Amino acid sequence: MTVSTRKTKLTTALLLAPASLWYLLLLVAPLVIVTIFSFGERAPEGGYAAAFTFEQYLKLPTRSTPFINTLWLASLGTFFCIILAYPLAYYLATRASAQMKSILVALIIVPFWTSFLIRTYAWITILSSRGIPAILERLGLVQDLVLLNTPFAITLGIVYNYLPLMTFPLYVSLERLDKRLLEASKDLGANRWGTFWQVTFPLSAPGLITGSMLVFILLMGEYLIPALLGGGKIFFVGNALVDLFLQSRNWPFGSAVSMALNFIMLVIISLYLWLTSRLGGEGREEVSLF
Amino acid sequence: MGANDYMRDPISSLLKNYATLLYIFLYAPIALVVLFSFNSGNYAADLQGFSFRWYGETWRDPFVLEAFGNSIFIATTSATLATIFGTLAALALQNVRGWLRTVYDSLIYIAIIIPGIVIGIATLIFFVQFFGWLNPILQNLFGPTAPRLNLGMPTIIAAHALFTMSIVLVIVRSRIAGMDRSLIEASSDLYATPFNTFWQVTLPQLFPAIMAGFLLAFTFSFDDFIVAFFVAGPNTTLPIYVFSSIRRGVTPKINTIATVTLIVSLSFLFITQNLLTRSNARARTPDKE
Repeated sequence: MTVSTRKTKLTTALLLAPASLWYLLLLVAPLVIVTIFSFGERAPEGGYAAAFTFEQYLKLPTRSTPFINTLWLASLGTFFCIILAYPLAYYLATRASAQMKSILVALIIVPFWTSFLIRTYAWITILSSRGIPAILERLGLVQDLVLLNTPFAITLGIVYNYLPLMTFPLYVSLERLDKRLLEASKDLGANRWGTFWQVTFPLSAPGLITGSMLVFILLMGEYLIPALLGGGKIFFVGNALVDLFLQSRNWPFGSAVSMALNFIMLVIISLYLWLTSRLGGEGREEVSLF
Repeated sequence: MGANDYMRDPISSLLKNYATLLYIFLYAPIALVVLFSFNSGNYAADLQGFSFRWYGETWRDPFVLEAFGNSIFIATTSATLATIFGTLAALALQNVRGWLRTVYDSLIYIAIIIPGIVIGIATLIFFVQFFGWLNPILQNLFGPTAPRLNLGMPTIIAAHALFTMSIVLVIVRSRIAGMDRSLIEASSDLYATPFNTFWQVTLPQLFPAIMAGFLLAFTFSFDDFIVAFFVAGPNTTLPIYVFSSIRRGVTPKINTIATVTLIVSLSFLFITQNLLTRSNARARTPDKE
């Protein structure tokens, strides 16, 4: 008995070894190093010089614009994702026929698994002066409309790229909704509007929260959308990080910016866990995208 | 049930039209890229006629070919590593409970959920520090001819394997959870050794999930831009090439590369979906209510 238990333990340890090594070296150790770096100084030739100072954190307000841009446009983008995704998810969960449903849901997920770069790139020509502005001008509706390299283009890019990620969890929670509750609400005299706000919407809250959290967290590290559709004019934290690590090579300050970003994400995840626990665990079921 | 009454009311048709519009919104931009890749004209945004001209030009471009080759190599190697490491870990985690399990679950979800840019920065810093520490030692040991470790393909492979490994782990683990245990018990009742049971009973059941994990890991690595951007060093991958070409101005070549990339991901996705549907069809676990 003890021999076999020991053998099982050894096997388990061996099987876990490669994955553990990877997590330890490429996830845990780097995050520790970033923490250490954030208290360091910039070496004259770029990179890191050992020190213990709060200088980098005190300098953070000089980069407040990327943080404000990110938080503001990520909130706006998440909001529009909810507005657009909810009716779609509702349609899929309550009205689509059984045969069509699986195909329609698959069609929502497919774009999410294709190249993010290409999906963002696709909008450059559409929004450029030869695209939508040219069409609208020919129709005589507008003059000298600029869409590319504006906050509008970035918000559109966000909505386009993250809509699937919002729709899917919403669909899952609406789909699980017990249809008998709707009938009960109807029998008790509620009209359709009342049933929606008092029964359907509250019960879809877990999906709404999960979707918003996923979208918002990923947007915190967004780099490509502002780089390609914002024309480098509107900086996100991601763009500031690329600049600090790859161009100006100010690693300690970059680490401090990265720590601030990690902190924001930690707050969002804690908020998410708190909200789902208040909802009585319904939201805790993982929404799998695979 | 009143399902049919629902179908005919105005809200239903409104919702249906709305859904149609959203599907157009989701697919039209991609369709335009594919359409423009067959453009015969000189400019990316000016549709002139149908031809395979730009596919030929792209195929003859040595920079594109090099980037494409690198991407295929990186995706194959990192997906192989991720599949092996992820599957082994998923098998081991069956027997792990308590704090270690909590730690592992957190690591898996952190690796999946944190933005690519954070992984990019973290792995960049780690490799530069690690090489800066290892290179002098190698010089001391082997003299000035010792190889100098630097950022390049191996660092991209290692960084990609980190987050794709977590995807494989999640997929294989959910398959293990839905596996038919009676077969394993039957096998050991019939005096098969644990190794034979694993090889002849467990592995064939897990195979579709493992394959699906590999394909998703490949797609992820093949499409990734941001992580590779940080740790590529002097090497180029296809997404890095596309990104820097876009910055220099949109050319018709980008449309053809984009179309080929889409075909690769979509066909892999299609196979994955088939594998997973087939493997889950038998083993659907009832929802815990």
